[in-house]
Amino acid sequence: MDLNLNDEHSMGTTIIGVTYDGGVVLGADSRTSTGMYVANRASDKITQLTDNVYVCRSGSAADSQIVSDYVRYFLHQHTIQLGQPATVKVAANLVRLMAYNNKNMLQTGLIVGGWDKYEGGKIYGIPLGGTIVEQPFAIGGSGSSYLYGFFDQAWKEGMTKDEAEQLVVKAVSLAIARDGASGGVVRTVIVNADGVTRNFHPGDSLQLWHEELEPQNSLLDILNTASPEPMNF
Amino acid sequence: MSKGMVDVPPRGGFSFDLCRRNDMLTQKGAKAPSYRKTGTTIVGLIFQDGVILGADTRATEGPIVCDKNCEKIHYMAPNIYCCGAGTAADTEAVTDMVSSQLQLHRYHTGRESRVVTALTLLKRHLFNYQGYVQAALVLGGVDVTGPHLHTIYPHGSTDTLPFATMGSGSLAAMSVFESKYKEGLTKDEGIKLVTEAICAGIFNDLGSGSNVDVCLITKGHKEYLRNHMLPNPRTYVSEKSYAFPKKIEVLLTKITPLKEKVEIIESSDAMEE
Repeated sequence: MDLNLNDEHSMGTTIIGVTYDGGVVLGADSRTSTGMYVANRASDKITQLTDNVYVCRSGSAADSQIVSDYVRYFLHQHTIQLGQPATVKVAANLVRLMAYNNKNMLQTGLIVGGWDKYEGGKIYGIPLGGTIVEQPFAIGGSGSSYLYGFFDQAWKEGMTKDEAEQLVVKAVSLAIARDGASGGVVRTVIVNADGVTRNFHPGDSLQLWHEELEPQNSLLDILNTASPEPMNF
Repeated sequence: MSKGMVDVPPRGGFSFDLCRRNDMLTQKGAKAPSYRKTGTTIVGLIFQDGVILGADTRATEGPIVCDKNCEKIHYMAPNIYCCGAGTAADTEAVTDMVSSQLQLHRYHTGRESRVVTALTLLKRHLFNYQGYVQAALVLGGVDVTGPHLHTIYPHGSTDTLPFATMGSGSLAAMSVFESKYKEGLTKDEGIKLVTEAICAGIFNDLGSGSNVDVCLITKGHKEYLRNHMLPNPRTYVSEKSYAFPKKIEVLLTKITPLKEKVEIIESSDAMEE
């Protein structure tokens, strides 16, 4: 068994960003792996950059954390200088500049999503290499390979907030079923004019796909009787 | 005394000059020397009043146990401690360095240090060295914002968790935590669980062994339980004692003072005022 615990931390990952009529929904799984070992089964890959802009991180855990830290710092300065909340476009471009200018050293794919009063809800995909693409929806991470066909069929313009969130949860759950490097729980963040809502979808609340079985005598039964609250941090 | 060139003293820090040469040699088929894994089991968990950290006490040099009772729980601040796994020199150096930086920061701000400050200082340093500083850390403490527990990996990524394990014995210890951890543990339950997890590492992992160290941190109070449990006592003791015979006579005492040599360096430049 190749279990080198000193391997670099990577987030196998499935990350998704989707626009709807009035805002955006960002979604991600929660698995961080070191080689074949799951180092963190409940990580939070959707990180805040400003009050109204969030980023989904994939690829190397260290690289993506450092990039978000730097961009959060630059955006904070920018907000002070500008005197009003930063736009999603500015946040995405700062991420893109970091990713492009350091492309030889970084290995991270990011999806920037948020809401501002000028353009409304916007999603920007920034894959390896540092391209920036504005899209109505974006997918990334190793689990996204299994979702291209799904989105071609299931995506439509002008969804409501609940439709969009259900689409994101369904998509991440499908990717988790097929991608070994994605797993854990599904986290979603909804950003719109009213603010930000964080949601948490534990594994047992997701629907079962082909050949998946009902849990029997699972640890979840023991945990649910002991402490019904999900881990929040 | 004039020289053609002035020698620049080497500045501190790791020199990456030989890395390309090493890569080239590996490609040509030369085998690189294997790294010394300093096996360890280190754990941390959050209980109802704060944080409990635990560690084993074995330090290894390849297959040999070089220290049967070393200290792996390092002091960072009065309210923050850090367990270190990986290369012993790296963990000692990086925790010492950040501990000093935290103290200077306390003098500047006049406030108690926060765990996220230690976290950011450590992760920045480790990221800058791109994983070559092999230190995997479990950082825990209680500050004004509450109890915190973080893991820090050699490449600079961090996780925030309610319970965490690191080191070669981390899988054995994690199995104990995953079956028995729950939120809102009391102090005794927490210490018992941490001890069980470290013992799982000690008995099932070859890189961990000897004794269990525990460190408990709550608001305004800490307990460093060095050698909280000694599950590996020394079973064989020689019948002949290891003490030297006490009757040793002094036959002759001779003291030779060393003469001080003071060197006067002739320099062409006289000191000008």
